[in-house]
Amino acid sequence: MFSPRTRHVIGTVVALTATISLSACGNKDGEGSAAESCVDTSGDTIKLGFLNSTSGAMAISEQTVRDSLTLAAEEINADGGILGKEIEFVEEDGASDPAIFAEKIDKLLTSDCVAAVFGGWTSASRKAMLPVVEANNGLLFYPVQYEGLEASENIYYTGATTNQQIIPAMDFLASEGVETLFLAGSDYVFPRTANKIIKQYAADLGIEIVGEEYVPLDDDDWTTQVAKIVEADPDFVFNTINGSSNVGFIKAYYEQGLSPETSPIISVSIAEEEAPAMGKDVTGQYAAWNYFQSVESPANEVFINAFKERFGSDRPTSDPMEAAYTSLYLYKNLVEAADSFAVDDINESADGVSFDAPEGTVTIDGENHHIAKTGLIGRINSDNQFDIVWSSEEPIEPDPFLEGYDWWDPSAE
Amino acid sequence: MKSFARSYGPLVAIAVLAVLLLVVAPAVLSPFRLNNLGKYCCWAIAAVGIGLAWGRGGMLVMGQGVFFGIGGYAMAMHLKLEAAGPEGIPDFMLLYGDGTMPGWWEPFRSGAFTLFAIVALPAIAAAILGYAVFKRRVKGAYFAILTQALAVVFATLLIATIQETGGFNGLNQFTFFFGYNLYDPVNKKMVYSIAAGLLVACLVVVWQLYRSRFGELLVATRDAEERVRFLGHDPANVKLAAFVIAAVMASIGGAMFAPIAGIISPSDVDATASIFLIAGVALGGRALLLGPALGAIAVGYGRSTLSESFPDQWTYFLGALFIAVILLFPAGLASLFGKAWSRLPRRKAAPA
Repeated sequence: MFSPRTRHVIGTVVALTATISLSACGNKDGEGSAAESCVDTSGDTIKLGFLNSTSGAMAISEQTVRDSLTLAAEEINADGGILGKEIEFVEEDGASDPAIFAEKIDKLLTSDCVAAVFGGWTSASRKAMLPVVEANNGLLFYPVQYEGLEASENIYYTGATTNQQIIPAMDFLASEGVETLFLAGSDYVFPRTANKIIKQYAADLGIEIVGEEYVPLDDDDWTTQVAKIVEADPDFVFNTINGSSNVGFIKAYYEQGLSPETSPIISVSIAEEEAPAMGKDVTGQYAAWNYFQSVESPANEVFINAFKERFGSDRPTSDPMEAAYTSLYLYKNLVEAADSFAVDDINESADGVSFDAPEGTVTIDGENHHIAKTGLIGRINSDNQFDIVWSSEEPIEPDPFLEGYDWWDPSAE
Repeated sequence: MKSFARSYGPLVAIAVLAVLLLVVAPAVLSPFRLNNLGKYCCWAIAAVGIGLAWGRGGMLVMGQGVFFGIGGYAMAMHLKLEAAGPEGIPDFMLLYGDGTMPGWWEPFRSGAFTLFAIVALPAIAAAILGYAVFKRRVKGAYFAILTQALAVVFATLLIATIQETGGFNGLNQFTFFFGYNLYDPVNKKMVYSIAAGLLVACLVVVWQLYRSRFGELLVATRDAEERVRFLGHDPANVKLAAFVIAAVMASIGGAMFAPIAGIISPSDVDATASIFLIAGVALGGRALLLGPALGAIAVGYGRSTLSESFPDQWTYFLGALFIAVILLFPAGLASLFGKAWSRLPRRKAAPA
């Protein structure tokens, strides 16, 4: 019926199938054997993982976070460590790729057996790490402002959620008497979500949105979009562009005759590090953050001096760097409050754990694992530093799902 | 003995690889390393297809990420719906959209449809594209640029459709793989074994193709397309078949990548990802049977280990490695094995 050769092929395929099915017996019933923690707390050291992109498009930003994590670890070690144990940190490169972040955090938690991981920048990287850190019942400290709408038992968010950055920025605009607003953003989740919130809050505040434009993350050409801004002539431009795309935006903005006098920009991702790299003099533009290098506090003075001494006097400090620095100290305080490195013990006693951070005192909300932060608006001066022109007065309680805002309707639009 | 070595030497090599991947690796590697090896196997499956299209067929397919992505997203959509439960919809649609699911997601609730789509969708897409391109005799650099541009378009499209495909974040947070809990180590091993098994199966398929009349015709088309035409064959059909098979293999690789990596996002399927696949094939040896697969596994392994040991400098090392290999062994690393084995009289690998 078959030629010898065909028969041979069939034989091979059958043999292969058999091999696969033999080795591929799964377990359909089990709940999945719960991951046993392999963290070793018996020695004089405790292992922590630092997972930031040191290659790829995000490296320029994430390296600054790595530096301030390193500084915090060295300071804590010089001061006796955590519960008397010296921090031994394992560094990994997330390579600006979500899949690599997922791979590396798996490695840190299951092969290196670190007690906690610090890092991530883009929402994509955090979303990629979330299922891995949950499956292994590990801990992740995420130091960047983000779009909210998330709360995990295994993640502590030390950057701002939307009600600590976006909403204060809108409050500031309302207090300035702004009537028309133009939205410019990169085309991914953070700007899309931020703008959804901005549009609903603007309607509540009576601010008119006169335009909304998006450009892909890695695209630098903003010419046609900026032309629309010129045409709409808004009182303010709300900028949720991320990364190097800002340079193209700022270039087009000034070249087409816009200026802080006509339509000033308020940004949520331009900080001390980025302002001098815009290729134009951006004096007079605004940014919304929870920390500026210009914040006056004893803790900030210590932080700035230590950072400059360690990494060079020309290096500025910025919000994500401060949030990363704070995250390691918060971890120390969490462990000491729980008197344990075990994740469940830490979560148990997390509520109310605080730290006198450079931005001011921050306190953990045990319910959603975010921290209370003060909202600040800064105006760029000629030294590329920010003059603080508005503040929320006191720390804003984190509300990642905006449950306390009755104008918010997540399913609208 | 002589004829056995000639005919079955490659099969022995595949068998050795099969034993290494399916028996030795699961026994000696930690679950984390095994999972990584699974990812490399997925790239290797796509690489085997590239070996067929590029190495044997002379078509420099620079956009295989597109087909890798079709398979990957098809599988990921099914896993996402499986995680959401019956009637449920993926979480990101509730967060970033208006809470409704586009109609074209609905069929992917069915596992059988998903498996069918993983093979059929790339085959149809490649057939339409290939027909249009090869019949018009587009080849060489123009073909390479066209496929590369497709990868760029595909990734841009995914990023722009946040509410439908998750955008830049991609799709992740899968819990079940056709009813098996993905967090159970036993099931992770099973998913790995399926990927490794599929790689071996693809190698066997390609080995058969290389021995067949089709394989001879493909090489002939690569080396002298006009002569093949004069002999009464239509080179377009030959190339089309190879292109479609390569697309299906890339799709299968992508489909297994999603559950193993736990995520599929535009950066896994864009132009850079496509070039990484090509790089693996070039490193291993594009015209050799095992070259592309071994090259892809080597590149994946290199990426992981170099970046673990030198988190700051690893990209330079990897770049230097590529330059060194291309300069020293233009036919790929696998050609070294070929040289060592050349005392055995065997069919000579097609020259590059």
